[in-house]
Amino acid sequence: MNTTPALDVDRVRADFPILNREVHGRPLVYLDSAASSQKPTQVIRAMSEYFEQHHSNVHRGAHELSVEATDAYEHARATLAGFIGAREPAELVFTRGTTESINLVAYAWGSGLERGDEIVLTVMEHHSNIVPWQLLAERSGVRLRFAGLTAAGRLDVDHLASLIGPSTRLVGLTHVSNSLGITNPVAEIAGLAHDVGALCLVDGAQAVPHMPVDVGALGCDFYAFSAHKMCGPTGVGALWARQAILEAMPPFQGGGEMISEVKLEGSVWAPVPHKFEAGTPPIAEAVGFGVAADYITALGFEAISAHEADLTSYALNRLAGLDGFELFGPSEDRLGVLSFRYGDIHPHDLATILDRQGVAIRAGHHCNQPLMDYLGVDATARASLYLYTTRGEIDVLVDALLVARDLFGGFE
Amino acid sequence: MNNRQAAHDGLNDAELSQLYQEVILDHYRRPRNKRDIEDTTHTVTMNNPLCGDVIDLLLSVKGGRIADISFKGKGCSISLASASMMTERLKGKSVDEALALSGTFTEMLHGDPAAAEATELGDLRALAGVSKFPVRVKCALLAWNCLQELVGPDA
Ligand SMILES: Cc1ncc(COP(=O)(O)O)c(C=O)c1O
Repeated sequence: MNTTPALDVDRVRADFPILNREVHGRPLVYLDSAASSQKPTQVIRAMSEYFEQHHSNVHRGAHELSVEATDAYEHARATLAGFIGAREPAELVFTRGTTESINLVAYAWGSGLERGDEIVLTVMEHHSNIVPWQLLAERSGVRLRFAGLTAAGRLDVDHLASLIGPSTRLVGLTHVSNSLGITNPVAEIAGLAHDVGALCLVDGAQAVPHMPVDVGALGCDFYAFSAHKMCGPTGVGALWARQAILEAMPPFQGGGEMISEVKLEGSVWAPVPHKFEAGTPPIAEAVGFGVAADYITALGFEAISAHEADLTSYALNRLAGLDGFELFGPSEDRLGVLSFRYGDIHPHDLATILDRQGVAIRAGHHCNQPLMDYLGVDATARASLYLYTTRGEIDVLVDALLVARDLFGGFE
Repeated sequence: MNNRQAAHDGLNDAELSQLYQEVILDHYRRPRNKRDIEDTTHTVTMNNPLCGDVIDLLLSVKGGRIADISFKGKGCSISLASASMMTERLKGKSVDEALALSGTFTEMLHGDPAAAEATELGDLRALAGVSKFPVRVKCALLAWNCLQELVGPDA
């Protein structure tokens, strides 16, 4: 058996220049990676090098730079297709991110739906996997149904199964919850969807940064993710779908790049994936996205997962020792995105007090308002870990929470 | 760092201590006028979509005077303390006086030192420290935005 080397976190941290900075005179402790991860030098350098050496528009000019830019862009596509186990690079459409990927499906694929059709989602979805479907419901009259949670804070698969029926056209769910830290049984749910002839869309924004994803093994039909949560730049993401599905879908936006022929009477679409990439794409961002995938692959998911699992249990242990600490979601078999409340200190106040100690956490509803309503809270605080987080930083978090408690004169 | 003690070394941050004064925490934990009122003439709900704070403001205005005022809602210590202190301060004031106070209060939150000295703000001056935390200014203004919405110049 091969044993992968453990993650050398000091070496990893040396790749992330921002981790050296101070905030309010204290060393930055960045615990908001679920909102957006920081970027390694490798990604930053690849993007500058692209601009300094290769930039031009893609798929257009008959000159050297255009060829180089096109190669770099298409190379990134192939890298990312491989990263998630796609069969062909053509199955991977570059978008602005998870949000645009889901909007693309809701708009283009969704245009074939009509009143009476149903879409099954879950209450834990990010707004980006709810609102595009609500817009579709307004346009076409499709009905949205939402699966709830079990008492243990996981997806209630039985409830979800009970909502799936002959009218179901799509089951959409997040792979990993950005508030509860749980991983959903996507393969099982894709199977339930396929049993009634429906498709399955997976929001992979919080999964792809932390675990190896193989869309073939998951058996889903659409998979959406963002570069910026996995060490890549903002402004780019991807939608994966099986080629036959993409080919059957009408375009999303119209313009340059997505056509093969334009006449005043009408146009012929370019083959997939270009049919869905109207206009000049974010080329440097796509290059950075590909390098981010390479960066993660080189570290290895086995090492990353082991590091994150160790940190998560360390954090949960330390935090559970604080009087007044309340975790949302299960305390075992979960990823390192920890939503919590602490005593009667409102999450917003906690975030301010922690920020003054250099500790960056998120406070609010995390674009998860329906989930917050379901849990009966208006907001939570959220600390999220990543491959560069250390145990020492968890200690700083715990100390910072104690300072908050003191400022509030204890709890009532 | 792995061997750090559980005991924390505290934090000496005057701006934070100024922000979380006892009077503010007291209004947060024991909000005044968080109740229904009779003869409600004006009511509005406003929220802060970024952080989820929600305030309902209720007024009973009689002859140009705020005969009664109350609020409901959920939120952080700053938005709730501001709402609670506001209701105490505005009860019995004329609408014009209330709007003038609202103007002074807003100037104080934007860091105007003269406004922070204005005695007519009373306890509300405890919120002057919010001006050092720009992202929190909108919390302190939430209840006041409700007031503007109900009886302000554009109402
Ligand atoms: C689960 C989940 N889905 C979707 C998104 C939206 O991603 P983006 O803002 O990159 O489109 C996020 C991140 O905010 C997320 O956590």
